[in-house]
Order: sequence, then structure tokens, then C-alpha cells
Amino acid sequence: MATKLITATQPLLPTAWLPKLAGLWSPERLNQGIRLLLVPLAAMALFLFIWHLGAPRIVTSLGQVPGPVAVWEQAGTLWQEHLAERDKEQAFYERQQVRNSKKLQKNPDAEVRIRPYTGKPTYIDQILTSLTTVFAGFGLASLVAIPMGILCGLNATVYRGLNPLIQIFKPVSPLAWLPIVTMVVSALYVSDDPLFSKSFVTSAITVMLCCMWPTLINTTVGVASIEQDLLNVSKVLRLNWWVHIYRVVLPSAIPMIFTGLRLSLGVGWMVLIAAEMLAQNPGLGKFVWDEFQNGSSHSLGRIMIAVITIGFIGYLLDRIMLQIQKAVSWDKSAILR
Amino acid sequence: MLGCLLASGFAWAELEVEKEELKFGFIKLTDMAPLAVAYEKGFFEDEGLYVTLEAQANWKVLLDRVIDGELDGAHMLAGQPLGATIGYGTQAQVITAFSMDLNGNAITVSNDVWEQMKPHVPTMADGRPRHPIKADSLKPVVDKYLAEGKPFKMGMVFPVSTHNYELRYWLAAGGIHPGYYAPDKGDTSGHIKADALLSVTPPPQMPSTMEAGTIYGYCVGEPWNQQAVFKGIGVPVVTDYEIWKNNPEKVFGVSKAWADANPNTHIAVVKALIRAAQWLDAEDNKNRPEAVKILSRSEYVGADYEVIANSMTGTFEYEKGDKRAVPDFNVFFRHNATYPYYSDAIWYLTQMRRWGQIAEPKSDNWYLDVAKQVYRPDIYRAAVDSLIEEGKMRASDFPDLAREDGFRAPQIHFIDGITYDGTQPNAYLDQFTIGLKGDEVVQ
Repeated sequence: MATKLITATQPLLPTAWLPKLAGLWSPERLNQGIRLLLVPLAAMALFLFIWHLGAPRIVTSLGQVPGPVAVWEQAGTLWQEHLAERDKEQAFYERQQVRNSKKLQKNPDAEVRIRPYTGKPTYIDQILTSLTTVFAGFGLASLVAIPMGILCGLNATVYRGLNPLIQIFKPVSPLAWLPIVTMVVSALYVSDDPLFSKSFVTSAITVMLCCMWPTLINTTVGVASIEQDLLNVSKVLRLNWWVHIYRVVLPSAIPMIFTGLRLSLGVGWMVLIAAEMLAQNPGLGKFVWDEFQNGSSHSLGRIMIAVITIGFIGYLLDRIMLQIQKAVSWDKSAILR
Repeated sequence: MLGCLLASGFAWAELEVEKEELKFGFIKLTDMAPLAVAYEKGFFEDEGLYVTLEAQANWKVLLDRVIDGELDGAHMLAGQPLGATIGYGTQAQVITAFSMDLNGNAITVSNDVWEQMKPHVPTMADGRPRHPIKADSLKPVVDKYLAEGKPFKMGMVFPVSTHNYELRYWLAAGGIHPGYYAPDKGDTSGHIKADALLSVTPPPQMPSTMEAGTIYGYCVGEPWNQQAVFKGIGVPVVTDYEIWKNNPEKVFGVSKAWADANPNTHIAVVKALIRAAQWLDAEDNKNRPEAVKILSRSEYVGADYEVIANSMTGTFEYEKGDKRAVPDFNVFFRHNATYPYYSDAIWYLTQMRRWGQIAEPKSDNWYLDVAKQVYRPDIYRAAVDSLIEEGKMRASDFPDLAREDGFRAPQIHFIDGITYDGTQPNAYLDQFTIGLKGDEVVQ
């Protein structure tokens, strides 16, 4: 454990990165830099150029497909709208303060509360909602999938029992889960002052149902393929069940578990947008659907921003998971990408 | 200003609202305007209500959410509370105390169908089509389709929608049978004996569905008719104002359970909505440009300003360039637009009966009973009294409500010249050539 800690922190020490910095300007380095940076940039520029040329040629019932410039302008508008909404929010709270103080003046015993803002969620709010929801769904999925995967990996009978269910539920799309989840949640999740809104619970559970499978399957495989030597050691030492799981099974299965988690998060993010669109639950999916319904001449540009945002966040999530996976993977020579 | 604040301060003391945080649903249509205006102009806050407005995916989701309590209330099709109460579609008690507007819909056909209709449309001296265009001019086109064995498909927004009944009314008046429903036989498609097949399409998707060729025409509220003109994919042929002058349109619906649990809140909501409606129509629509600006925001209707402005500021563009004045295209307050008339409810019920959604013959009394269960002028009156008392509105803004019996004078401005008297629903139905009447049932 101690050695591992050192390897993890090593890149942060000056001794590690100073020579690298110095070597940055060598010809080979420069050459590598060009390949690493310039090639992707050139590809991106080419893509934007083709988009710029192609977009005006496609005219739809919603209007012309916007080019990169129009989309960039809409991004600015969305940011302005966000700022304007924040101003309105502040005014809303100030009005409430005035109202409440008047109420108290009239009747000192009156019960006053500050109500949360009732205005529309801005684009930034929608992104945050989607992120929260996907992490909630992903978290729930991991809580179910990892223990289940461990059980399946340890015990062949359990695996045989559950495998048909796993195989049947794995390919089900969020669009099919959603009506069932919605009905079950509205029937069971009844409370006067709910901690989470129903729409959040529905989205999160749908994400969970769709994204738990890669983690479950990878955990199973990871646990099932623990080296026999390790199992023998565990037997010789007569470790009790919990210690066996904690000391032997988990550490050796962790790289596979993280491979599964990474796949799961990717699936979850994709599923979430579809669920939000269909159920009209707050988030980026609802933003896309609302804009589609608006049919304004700016709608397509705004939808494209959402597409880019969704893609970019998906990419970031994957990178984060990749870094974690790299950190926990024993085999540092394996190329992970 | 001070007087206003004092008055609203007084309102809290008078009316203790049971629920201050409310969520209302709406569909992206210009006639949700009273909700947006009541929010943006602070009328809800004046009543001590903190309202969130939320666009809904379609009419079915909206109704379900009101029934299961996720929404406190919603902008609804007038047929929805009535349909739900009599158990057509979903069974639940939904009531309304506020009628949101008059008129506001139109029927649009695709460019192709319009080209085929045009030779049959009478013209004025200047060569432009003479309005109102009747379905008589569409009949030869439909007959041609039928002769070729192709069904003539059109879109409407919901089985109990005003649009469904208006489209059917217009078609039937021109001799085109829009088909019967037979819910007792499990038929809810409404295609029995139909010359034209009507199917459900959500409002915002109408133009693109027509462009895709799935439907050849549709009846929908604004801005989706003007959208078709702007995008050059269709031609509105007739407005609902021309089918029935000043016909009742959307209502504000809440579940009966909610209304029973929150009577004061309900009154407060209706007060805010009445003020919003008045603001929308004040001084010859002088506030309409501002209203259009509000509606064109992405969280409300979201379509372009110009598209929404066309109908909201009293003009309507038929064929591209053929812009005509329709000052009452959207009425929110004039002509007692906000009052929940029993006769309006009964008209909707007669149409449900006419097209077989109500399968069995019903007595005149049954119509009135249902209307009284669903339409609640008593709540409306309580709201008006409170508004007048607080000085927010004047008694002269309203008709003499104490003498109001809930029936509009017999309506004579229908495209087929038939008179509607809400007190005689069965006699009204007897006047139609196409449609169920008397003891008839769909075979």
C-alpha cells in the first residue's frame, strides 16, 4: 500500500516534472508535440470548415441548419440568459423579503418562509441537474451491481441463477423502462415533503436499471478469474468470509470492476438524456426537447450546443473514470484508452 | 402603488391560502398566455402564490400529472375535464373555474392539397380566395383520394380536443364524414365510416409531420398554423373564428380533490388569471406586443416573435402574403371570455355525443348535470367579488354576475348556419346531417 502511494504521488514532485519541462524543447519533443497537438487541431478545423460549408445547404422545417458561427452566438445568448435569470432570482428573493417583513409587521406571530425561486432553470442549471442525476443513478447502480457481481463471481450457482435475468434485462432500452419506473415511483414514492422530486427519482432509477449491467458483468468476471494461488493462500490462512472478500477478492477484482464502472458511466450518461427527453424530467434532455418543440429559428443552434455539451461532458466523465482506472490497475504496462 | 400593496396585504389577512408553492403545467401554445402573464406581471405573487410554470410534453401527460397531483393545475383543453369526469379516456374528477380564451385555432392543409382545392374555392373581385373557405372545396380532393384508394389523413391534437371537434365540424359541414368513435366496442380511433382519417399529433410536431407527408392537413392552435406559412409548408384555410365566432377554447383545470383541499388557493389562482386576461386585452390589445415578447421566450412558447405576433396582434396570414385582419383571433377577456359558461361545457358534450365518444343517448338534464359538476362559476364569482372588493378591478369590467344563469344567448355564428342553444342539447344535435342524434348508436 505504501509503495503504491508513492507511485501515485510521484508525478507531483518537482524532481519528476522539472527534467521533463527542460526536455520539452528538444527536437523530438517538438516533433511529438506537433503530432499530439497540431494533428487533432487540424482535424477539428477541417471538421468546422466542412460544417460551415455544409450547414447552409440543409433547410429543414425548423429552419436552416446553423453553422459553427451561429451556434457560437447561441452559446453566448444562453450564457446571457443565465445571467439575466440570476438577476431575476435575486429580485424574486428581495420581493419576498419585503413581503415577509410586511407580513410580520402586521402580525408578529405570522409564520414566514423563504420560498425557492420559481423561475425557469437556465442552461447551466440543466447541466448541473443532469450531472447530479447521472451520478445518483450511477451510484445506485454501483451499489447494486458490485455486491451482486461479487456474489455471482464467487458462487457458480448464484451466477447460473442470475445469468438469464441479467441477459434478459441487459439489452432493455431506457425508453422501455421509463413508463414502468414512472408508474412504480408515483405509486410508491408518496410524501408530503419529499426530499427529492419524483422526476429526479424516476430519472435516476431508469439510469440505474440501464447502466448497472457492465459493472455487474465485469465484476463477476473479475471475481471469478482470481488466481488460484491467491485463493489457496486464503484457504491456508483460514481467512473468514469478510476478510477473504476484503483482502483477497476485492483487491484482485478491482481493475475489472473499474473497467465495468467506466462502461456503466458512459451508458448511464447516454441513457439519461433519452430518459429526460421522454419523461420531460429536468436536465439537458428536457432542454433539447423543449427547444425542438419551440421551433424558433434559434432552436437548432441551441440543440447543437446541447449536443456538443452532452458529448463533451461524456468525454470528460470517461477521462475521469479512465484516470481512476489507471490508478487502481495493477498492470501498469497495459495500454488503457 | 401603495394602495395596491395595502390591498394585497389585506388579501393575505382575508384569504389564507392553503398552499403557496404551486406548479402549473402548460402546452407550448399562445393561449397559455394568461399563465405566463400572471407570472411575469406578478399577479400570482400579489395573491401570495409562488408559482412554477412547466411545459408538458403532450396533453395526455399533462392531464395525468394533474390527476396524480404532480401538477396543481394546468392549461387544458376544455374537453379534458369533461372527458375525464364522464370517464372518456381517463376517469377522474377534474374541474374548471376559469375559461382561458376564445378562438385561436385554425385548419391548415399542405401546399399540395391547397393547389388541388384552389380551383374549387370561390374568389373575390381581386382574385384572392373568399373567406370563410368551406370544406365543400376540399370535398372533391378527398373524393379523388378515396377513389384512388388512398385514405385522406389529417391531424388533430387529442381525442377530446377542441381541435378535433372543430375539424370534424368543418369537415362535416362540407359533407366529408370524419368518422365515429365507438368506445363501448373498444374503438377509440374514431375512424368508423370515415372519409377523412383523423389522428393525434402533438401541436409542435404538426408542421413537421405534415412536411413529412404523414398527414395532409391539421387543426391546431397558434403559432403552429402561422409556422407552416412562415416555413412555406402549408396554407391555413380557415380559422376557428370563422367556424364558430368567439368559440370557447382552453380552460384552467384542477383536480376536484385539489380544489376541495385548497379552496382559497383556487380562488387566489383564478383572481390572478382574471387580472392577466384583462391585462392581455386592455385598451384594444395595447399590451399584446409585450405579451408576444414574453411568449416568445424559450421557457414559454419559444417560437419566433414574428410568428407569434401574427395571430396575437390581430392579423392572420393565410396563403403567404395574404394577410388579413382578424382582431378577435385570440380573445382573453372581452366578450366575457373568462367566465365558465355551462353552455360551453354542454357544446363540448354535444360534440362528444355527435361523434360517438358518448355512445349512449343522454337526456338534456344529463348534459346540464355534467356541466355543473365540471364548470364552476361559483368559484369564478368568489374570485371576481374578491377582486372588486380589493379594488383591483371594477364591477363594470364584468357582466352582472348575480343575474348570470350560465348560458350564453343562442349562438348563431356557425359556418353551417346552425343555431346552438345550450339549454336544448338534443334538439341541437338533431339539426346535423352527419353525426349521431336521438337514440342512434354506432353499429
